[in-house]
Amino acid sequence: MSGTISKTIEVPVVDGESERYSLRMGPQHPATHGVLRVDLELDGETIMECNPQVGYLHRGFEKLAESKTYAQALILTDRLDYIAAMSNNIGYCVAVEKLLAVSVPERAQYIRTIVGEMSRLCSHLLWLATHALDIGAMTVFLYCFREREILLDLFEELCGARLTFSYPRIGGVRQDVSRYFVDELQRFLDMFPAKMEEYETLIDTNRIWLKRTVGVGKLSGAEALGLGLTGACLRGSGVDYDIRKHQPYDAYDKVEFEVPLATEGDIYARYRCRMEEMLQSVHIIQQCIDQLPPGPIVGPDAPDLVMPFKAPARVEADAAAFGGGLIKLVRDQKLYISGDVYVATEVPKGELGFYFISDGNNRPYRMHIRSPSFIHIGALKAICKGELIADLIANIGSLDVVLGESDR
Amino acid sequence: MNIIMLLVWILILFAVVMLHVAYATYFERKIIGHMQVRVGPMRVGWHGLLQPIADGVKSFFKEDIIPENADKPTFLAAPIICLVAMMTSLAVLPFAKGWVLADIDIGLLFIFAMSSLASYGVVLAGWASNSKYSFLGGLRSMAQVISYEISMGLSLVGVMLMAGSLNLTQIVEAQGDSFLGMYLMPQCIGFFVFFISMLAETNRVPFDLPEAETELVSGYSTEYSGMRYAIFFMAEYIGMMVMASIATICYLGGWNGPFEVALFPPFWFVLKVYLFMFLFIWIRATLPRYRYDQLMDLGWKLLIPLALANIVLTACFRAILA
Repeated sequence: MSGTISKTIEVPVVDGESERYSLRMGPQHPATHGVLRVDLELDGETIMECNPQVGYLHRGFEKLAESKTYAQALILTDRLDYIAAMSNNIGYCVAVEKLLAVSVPERAQYIRTIVGEMSRLCSHLLWLATHALDIGAMTVFLYCFREREILLDLFEELCGARLTFSYPRIGGVRQDVSRYFVDELQRFLDMFPAKMEEYETLIDTNRIWLKRTVGVGKLSGAEALGLGLTGACLRGSGVDYDIRKHQPYDAYDKVEFEVPLATEGDIYARYRCRMEEMLQSVHIIQQCIDQLPPGPIVGPDAPDLVMPFKAPARVEADAAAFGGGLIKLVRDQKLYISGDVYVATEVPKGELGFYFISDGNNRPYRMHIRSPSFIHIGALKAICKGELIADLIANIGSLDVVLGESDR
Repeated sequence: MNIIMLLVWILILFAVVMLHVAYATYFERKIIGHMQVRVGPMRVGWHGLLQPIADGVKSFFKEDIIPENADKPTFLAAPIICLVAMMTSLAVLPFAKGWVLADIDIGLLFIFAMSSLASYGVVLAGWASNSKYSFLGGLRSMAQVISYEISMGLSLVGVMLMAGSLNLTQIVEAQGDSFLGMYLMPQCIGFFVFFISMLAETNRVPFDLPEAETELVSGYSTEYSGMRYAIFFMAEYIGMMVMASIATICYLGGWNGPFEVALFPPFWFVLKVYLFMFLFIWIRATLPRYRYDQLMDLGWKLLIPLALANIVLTACFRAILA
């Protein structure tokens, strides 16, 4: 087909007006955070038109969930926002618990809050790393990975996985925390604020960083609301909206924390919000560790059961009785309620909502995921018009999008 | 006979500089590695010492891909223009007293000319690739070179005024061999302007816009592969060395040092050049990247006025003292 491609690049000037230059950025591009494609119409380096295209990572999770039981569909949520899989798991569990009216014991609530905030730290660290790298500050990238590594090791100690945890379960969590986990986490909390200062000395006082972020990608509170932004992107524009505070789930109503706000609505404001959020997360985890109550980690009415400690022979016998599956699934249909429910939780990227329609079966009739990344990508079009290519990259980083979540 | 000796000297210089370029990449990777809590190359040879050789061999055997719609002759010529221009400017550099291939009277101008020619390579590469990222990279490079060439040239006028010569050897000799004679202090404004322009001229962070990885994939060199890409890479490093040498010659007193090193006269020169190389790398590990328009702002609104002020000040002092 090479004959159809024109031999030269048509650029220059027609009737004193420059011709537009179209550039298809992505899906293979080092800075589009995965497989985002942005179709750009450029005038020089100024973006005249910016059309984000998604779908390169579509795996049909919403449809897939219809053929899985509620307990099984949990693993799909790991793969939404793979940077903060734990938060997605929690969001899913909270939603299903509301649908099935399952109670969660207090200890499990606290543990979930801890791992949810750890997940927020992981996500924000990765955001800071890539955001800084996008703007060209290379060293921050590796510094953030150093701290994130500690958190991932802790997750591994907790549940054996570093990326796709599936650790929370409907009605509680899968394993209890160990003494070692709590001690190591405490050590991390003690050391982390000093590391935050280290990042800030590298970028926060840097003139170039300020030039690249202050006043760029500005959104007023009303605009941000209109675009449906949530999370730090909304709070950076001065709108006080945090589901953890305003519709608390898990143990968020039992701990004290502030919702960081900024009014400018530019990239720097969003950056400051997320940095403050990290410190708040440390504060929340600290309170949860101090208050962690004893007790069971799974509610009595949870629909699937934790595998009890048994001799291997017993396990095999049990498994045989349930058709070879190791995890015993309740087949009692009475537990499942028909109806629909929408439950939103505050994940690191914003508001993650799960909408279920249940027909009384043990699997959802329809599951819809309101993913913040998808909506944030949509906002790019409005934010980037009239800015430069370099700002587009900074804005993608600042909106903190993950394509696994956007495309589902 | 003379010609043969000259060719031998050129060959020796070529070989030595190439070796330095290879190990400058190693130097950079190791230093950045340690600054970024990594260890850098460790596998090939002791502490990765053979890594540059392995890289060279690798790029030599890689496939040389030429895009179907590229402007072929220009595409092929562009990296060579870069390398040749950079290599040629080595000829006028005095590494020590008498250690210079061509001791011409317009050494400094010659280097300017050559480094401007090298940017043709970049611009043509961007144009010839017929790729959008390359094209934007080429455009950025053109704008950047035009604006920073001016501030760089103007910043060195102060040195020319003080030394009264464009010959690099004479510039060094004019500074004398004491620490106080160095032009670093009297020409501190000029040095500031020169240092920033030098970063921009060599496309280094924070002015690496023509090849900004996160924006333009790899800028003008996006479509290049194998040895041709490596040639761009070499040209960039030779460029860094040439600029570091100019800074050494014009501001740090060239080969003069606190004492003579008997067997190896260019000792202090090499040391100072590597000091600048270290600065290049240190800055790369620390700073984010400027935006295109901010780069232009900085060049035209800050550096050029400063350089002009420097010329006026230097000229006034010269007139008063003389």
